[in-house]
Amino acid sequence: MERPKPVTKAAKAAAIVILLGLVLVPFLVIVSTSLASNREVVANGGWVLWPSDPTLRAYDQIFSGGVVSKALGVSVGLTVLGTLASLACTTFLAYALSRPGVFGGRPVLVLVLFTFLFPPGMIPAFLLVKGMGMVDSYLALVLPVLINVFNLVVLRGFFQGIPEELYEAARLDGASDWAILFKIVLPLSKAALAVVGLFYMCSYWNAWFHASIYMESTHWPLQQVLRTYVMGGAQIADTGLSEAGNVSAPQTMQMAVLVVATVPILLVYPFLQKYFTKGVLTGAIKS
Amino acid sequence: MLPGLAYFLVFHYGAFIGNVVAFKEYVPFDGLWASPWVGLDNFDRMFSDPDFWHATGNTLFLAVLQLIFYFPVPIALALLLHSLTSDLTKRFVQSVVYLPHFLSWVIVVALFQQVLADTGLLNEVLGQAGLHTVDIIGNPDAYPGLVVAQVIWKDAGWGTIIFLAALMQVDEQQYEAAAIDGAGPWRRFWHVTLPGIRPVIILLLVLRLGDILTTGFEQMLLQRQSVGPEVGEVLDTFVFWQGIVGGDTGYAAAAGLFKGVVGVILVFAANKVAHRLGEQGVYK
Repeated sequence: MERPKPVTKAAKAAAIVILLGLVLVPFLVIVSTSLASNREVVANGGWVLWPSDPTLRAYDQIFSGGVVSKALGVSVGLTVLGTLASLACTTFLAYALSRPGVFGGRPVLVLVLFTFLFPPGMIPAFLLVKGMGMVDSYLALVLPVLINVFNLVVLRGFFQGIPEELYEAARLDGASDWAILFKIVLPLSKAALAVVGLFYMCSYWNAWFHASIYMESTHWPLQQVLRTYVMGGAQIADTGLSEAGNVSAPQTMQMAVLVVATVPILLVYPFLQKYFTKGVLTGAIKS
Repeated sequence: MLPGLAYFLVFHYGAFIGNVVAFKEYVPFDGLWASPWVGLDNFDRMFSDPDFWHATGNTLFLAVLQLIFYFPVPIALALLLHSLTSDLTKRFVQSVVYLPHFLSWVIVVALFQQVLADTGLLNEVLGQAGLHTVDIIGNPDAYPGLVVAQVIWKDAGWGTIIFLAALMQVDEQQYEAAAIDGAGPWRRFWHVTLPGIRPVIILLLVLRLGDILTTGFEQMLLQRQSVGPEVGEVLDTFVFWQGIVGGDTGYAAAAGLFKGVVGVILVFAANKVAHRLGEQGVYK
């Protein structure tokens, strides 16, 4: 094919630069502002593009044992346990549904896929959680969202892609279903498990709505704290250090909370990014 | 299999049965089953409630806006990415544009506030340059645009994945054949690229139409307060406000059920249309 014209090339480059800017500049501003000194923030009208005198004081304050530290603990615990529980339950169900001839496999599959089309609705779900006495229990943040149908379909598709000969060989060697799952299927499915794991992690880490309706404020995860103090503009009073008199400007603290809420995602993301296309596609195409 | 199955039975089908509350006047003290039946009263009330129709109107308006302004963006972006010749650049740009998808709506909305609010980044820059400042956050007139911009910022990059995959499956030989026949870049795009990704475009369009009454619950809920229900109320926030905040449980459940039923009908209808167009659609 002929080479693209210089004009086309320049237009493309410009589009890419603008694109990257649109995503990256907001992050830069948030991180910079969280590191800026009070004087600089005030002088600059609430935000800083590049701090001249970076300080970690805002982070010191939010980590010194107040609302934010506590919420961070809740979020980490919830994300780790929730992801493990979800991943385990999704894997088992996806495996059972991926094998031909499992008793009741077909009806169960239909049953599961139907929920994708017709979710129960917010009010019945709310009544159910309340009726089961899970209000202000962390179970209310995990059980109702235990399995995501999309993730289930992705895993099932991946399991079905494993060559049938491997299953037969294992069965001839006398391996049980569990042994086949743990010794053969799971090691071969690392890419899909990584992607689905990341999806679950993100959804637990990012969740705030259920916490806002089911949980007392002392048990809130980080996103709900973020919502109240950063979006709602409430002052983060209880930082544990407020009596020290050297309190950061509210903007820097808010930005620091925002950074803390974002960083875990940024940390996991690069490791899993290479699996995205593969994992998402096997699921999307098979379904 | 059992824990997973139990989950679906309890939290989907169990909850689903709870929709009977739409036909009752829910009395918290009596619980769901002992509350009195009221037949279709909740639905009668709903259909004559201007607030309900207002929320429905807002929902449809925002959905149509997204269909027009959001839907083509991932396709265009995928075409741009696909045309990059350097693998390294391509992968880097992809990593960056996928990223916002993984941030929570709380973070995205907070980011937009920081950048676009009265005292935000944009106005500071405009002010320093001696230009007119603009009020975007909390301005009802700007709200629909803001909402669509947020959706594009958050998910357009992620949305490219499926189109990129479709583009990769377009047969290279067809391009060459077209080029030999004298087709320029535009003609190749029109006659080879677009037909190649047509099935995926239609599939996503069907899904989107089925989902048209669901326009980003969390995103709307987070911002409903700042612009007021006049423009910020959609069906999901209406259900939330009536039922969970207001305690008008039966009424809210009726609105939710209405939304669910219409949604299912829309999926079936959109899928039928896809079949008519000779495409696979979501299911056979």
